Amino acid sequence: MKWEIVMGLEVHAELSTKSKIFCGCKAAFGGEPNTYVCPVCCGMPGTLPMLNRAVIEYAIRTGLMLNCEIARTCKFDRKNYFYPDLPKAYQVSQLYAPICSGGFVEIEVNGQKKRIRIREIHMEEDAGKLIHDSPGGKTRIDFNRAGVGLLEIVSEPDFRSKDEVLAYLARLSETLLYLGVSDCKMQEGSLRADVNISVRPFGEALGVRTEMKNINSLKAIGRAIEYESARQIEILENGGQITQETRRWDDEEGKSCGMRKKENAWDYRYFPEPDLLPIFIDDKWLERARLTLPEPAHRKRERYICEYGLSEHEAFVLTGHKNISDLFENVLEHGGEPLESAHLIMGEIMRLMNDSGTLPEDLSVDGRKLAILVDLVLRSKISRGAYKEAVLAVYANDAEPETYVAQQGLLMMSDGHIISEAVDMVLADYSDAVMDYRAGKIKVFGFLMGQVMKKLGRAGNPDLAQSALKKALDAEVGEG
Amino acid sequence: MNVPIDDNLITYLEDLSYLTFSDDEKNRLKAELKDILGCMARLGELNVENVPERSHPFDNVNAFREDDALPSFDRGLILQNAPECDGEAFIAPSAVAG
Repeated sequence: MKWEIVMGLEVHAELSTKSKIFCGCKAAFGGEPNTYVCPVCCGMPGTLPMLNRAVIEYAIRTGLMLNCEIARTCKFDRKNYFYPDLPKAYQVSQLYAPICSGGFVEIEVNGQKKRIRIREIHMEEDAGKLIHDSPGGKTRIDFNRAGVGLLEIVSEPDFRSKDEVLAYLARLSETLLYLGVSDCKMQEGSLRADVNISVRPFGEALGVRTEMKNINSLKAIGRAIEYESARQIEILENGGQITQETRRWDDEEGKSCGMRKKENAWDYRYFPEPDLLPIFIDDKWLERARLTLPEPAHRKRERYICEYGLSEHEAFVLTGHKNISDLFENVLEHGGEPLESAHLIMGEIMRLMNDSGTLPEDLSVDGRKLAILVDLVLRSKISRGAYKEAVLAVYANDAEPETYVAQQGLLMMSDGHIISEAVDMVLADYSDAVMDYRAGKIKVFGFLMGQVMKKLGRAGNPDLAQSALKKALDAEVGEG
Repeated sequence: MNVPIDDNLITYLEDLSYLTFSDDEKNRLKAELKDILGCMARLGELNVENVPERSHPFDNVNAFREDDALPSFDRGLILQNAPECDGEAFIAPSAVAG
């Protein structure tokens, strides 16, 4: 029998606001356990939440970029469940009136374009972090993450393959990064995907689905999908039935295991959150948000190709991460020639990032300084070798390029008088070689050239030195 | 309210809340639940046909704070409220889902 895999995704994006959604505690990653906590995010009785305006802004902008309808009125609801990562024993979330609904993301897999529909985007608070390595089998709880604002982006069950899921996640995180609403670091948990997966014989009704949680890398998502679809197909082919449940993906073991039977929506006893007032979004607010939307990556790609004459591949690499395209545009803003600047970033900068294990999200290089170097090399003020060296100094030590090349003696020697002096000295020192050259052994030119460059040092301008040497040799031949 | 308040319901609630009750507690809970749900059921007697649905008793909307990070609480003070702690983290019974 031929099976079809049907998947839907719930993506949680941790927002990069400065403070948490309902209190002023820092929303930063890391930090000593329980140092970004206060009575509000720890759920102490008698405290009240106060909504962070930026969370609404981020949600509106994300919704607009993902082609959603933005609700004019929305509100929060309480989702009640009992688990130690949730200090209030309820999560403030949105069920009845989410902020965004009905959008889509366009993906491309093997040259085929497809729209993945987005059912809704809602705002909620993150839970704390449980650490299960305590002696005596107890659980340690760190509430630094509790109360950090999240967007949950819920797709329709439109995925039919692992590649579609991965393409969607790439496009989604690209969009969130360009918006600056989340840093999308899967390894730090700021982008998490739950995959709802079921299988069915082609053309038949949807099968029973399981939900895979705890997947924290793109590679793991791919593996989890392969494992879970194969597991379900095997059960069904052997006449068994799929249990609707939440399953935890163990990437080390390469398998999933059942966590708990899926609770039904009524088990969460959702009700409107009485501690928070409803939110009303008027035309003006929407218009303001629309004006702050960044240029989407796919439009940037088109522009790089049309305006700067980059190839499709170059445009793709440069827009692969917002920080990369920001750096590129920053270099151009400071006068960097587009093609040379593109090659610098795709070549030397990416090589340095690779060597130092720097991720694009952690990239921090001054575009102005790179623009100066691009200008110096294009005007032949520094050699390609010196350029490389100076780029490293800017990349690694934030060196001031003009000072660096001057101090290191990298500015190319273009003084005609000094060059011809060096040429004269070489002709005098190596008269045998000169005679060989005149006798037709043109090969010795390379040797003589090397001697001239040795005298000039690494800042010598090779182009000028070459023509001066040639001129001097030919002139002597002429005179003789 | 048509939910039968019986042992099955109590077992179901035990399951959801990760709690275990003694028989005495179960009987007490059944009586209390009956009272609570009976009281709430009286709301159903009201005629709300022309009353618009609303989520909040006040008409105000949009109470926000700006996105400013403020100093957090002293960890020692927060952990005073933990039933058990190790000076850094709250400690709870094992929560590895089985």
